[in-house]
Amino acid sequence: MTEETTAAADPAVSATSGDPIIRMRDITVRFQNQTVLHRVNLEIRRGETLAIIGESGCGKTVLMKTMIGLLRPNSGTVLFDDQNLGTISQADLAKTRRRIGFVFQNAALFDSLNIFDNVAFPILQHEAAEEAEITARVREGLAEVGLPPEAAEKYPAELSGGMRKRVGLARALILRPDLIIYDEPTTGLDPIMSDVINELILATRRNHPVTSVVVTHDMRTARKVANRVVMLYPHRRLKPGQSQVLFDGPPSGLDHADDRRVRQFVRGEAGERIDELTRHAAAIASTAAAAEIEPEPNRSRDSHG
Amino acid sequence: MAGTTFRDDLPDVSERPGRLSHWVSDWGTVVIDAVSMVGDIAIFVYRMFAWMFTRRPARGTILRNCYQVGVLSLPVVALTGTFIGMVLAVQSHRQFQMIGLENRLGAVINSSLVRELGPVLAATMLAGRVGSAIAAVLGTMRVTEQIEALTVMGADPIHYLVVPRFLACILLIPALTIMADFMGIVGGYFYSVVVLGIDHAAYLQNSADHVTGFDLFSGLLKSVFFGGIIAIVSCYRGFHCEPGAEGVGQAATAAFVMSFVLILGVDLILNILLDAFYYNIWAPGQAV
Repeated sequence: MTEETTAAADPAVSATSGDPIIRMRDITVRFQNQTVLHRVNLEIRRGETLAIIGESGCGKTVLMKTMIGLLRPNSGTVLFDDQNLGTISQADLAKTRRRIGFVFQNAALFDSLNIFDNVAFPILQHEAAEEAEITARVREGLAEVGLPPEAAEKYPAELSGGMRKRVGLARALILRPDLIIYDEPTTGLDPIMSDVINELILATRRNHPVTSVVVTHDMRTARKVANRVVMLYPHRRLKPGQSQVLFDGPPSGLDHADDRRVRQFVRGEAGERIDELTRHAAAIASTAAAAEIEPEPNRSRDSHG
Repeated sequence: MAGTTFRDDLPDVSERPGRLSHWVSDWGTVVIDAVSMVGDIAIFVYRMFAWMFTRRPARGTILRNCYQVGVLSLPVVALTGTFIGMVLAVQSHRQFQMIGLENRLGAVINSSLVRELGPVLAATMLAGRVGSAIAAVLGTMRVTEQIEALTVMGADPIHYLVVPRFLACILLIPALTIMADFMGIVGGYFYSVVVLGIDHAAYLQNSADHVTGFDLFSGLLKSVFFGGIIAIVSCYRGFHCEPGAEGVGQAATAAFVMSFVLILGVDLILNILLDAFYYNIWAPGQAV
């Protein structure tokens, strides 16, 4: 049996320089009447691998998109290397994004381009490189994630989910970014491919001096790749004045966290949720009966995972 | 409701204000949504023009879209153009024969085609074939986060996705219109002269006498507006696609319906303006 690599056990991975690359202060994001993030503060230190965990709908993805200026918060500031993403021009924001790599949940590869063009896209967008240099860099990028050169000629539709994720990783790394963000990197993959992706995240961190943010609800990924974990909790479930960040510390502290909700999430226990769901369904049914109308189907969409 | 008391001897009016307020609220929402959409489209168009005049899109993206819009639409536009020319001959022949003017058939068929049917037909085909496809492709890109991926990589989605499609539509729709006109003329000629036996020389002479350069110009000018409408509406619908397969389907359908309605509305306005221009500036002597 081979010993499992983890971020905490890997000296190269656990080394952080300490100064924050991202500072998020008092971030509030609302969609219509729904508050997704309420006065969230978060600092991400250069060189660390941060896992943001939490149940679906807690605002992980919204926090991640706000972090890189894809979403503008209703209030609060996001500083990327002391640049306020809310006030810089679109042109400067585009330049800043050159320093950020993003691995999307479903890879988000461009269907109309083959794998080579997908991976080369950031280079063509930001640099005036020679064709031979682009070819060499793309091949190197694909090799880093374990893809053969023949894969370059294929189209995204011809690849498996795991291969697409690896191409997405190669594309995100091609410009050697300072910050790389993984959105649910192992969702939808089999356990072996999930572990391959986890190992690639660790290898990336070892080979390049990069800060990583991994948004996940896969505890195995969080424990394996992160040297710091932040757990978010849905704002709608909190009492006034409570912080949305329930936990902020090393992964080893998760099992012994003071907050019961953290331990419950880590162990994957439904707890009082089953009772809540039953009570909620009963309340809907009794309201519908009182109004003498047919109960409507639940149309709520969970889109803030 | 807290603080409200009800008396049994009074008629129950509690439902009425509720219904009225719902009615007002529903219509208010419709109006706000419509105004918001017009504003959204205006900003969308502004951003598109801003990108178009500040940074040239990649050559590859324009050529790829020109191929989709122009080359692949050519057969269907040619085929429908031929049929519409023949249909016009069938429809008009009996009436013209009754008043002994069947030799003038060429004039009515060809001027209808060049001024109105050619541009509208080409635009309808383009809206159905290309507009729906644009909305579906961009909608799928929205749903699968490909549009966000562009933004993350520092590429502006409007510059990369909308500008090439807009240019392809406005540059190639005149060519498609000429093809629809030409095939319609051929179809009309074939049915009138070969099938109905109308005199070949008279048919051509009447056509030449009544179809003017202004007719051709106005048809082609209108087609450019139609092409712009198709590109803008389809791209906008794709960019604002709702999640899921149903959302993509709705975006494609809405793109066609909205384009078609706008094409006919703008066609009316342009016809009024072009008529005024023709009789007041181009050929003032012909004013009625």
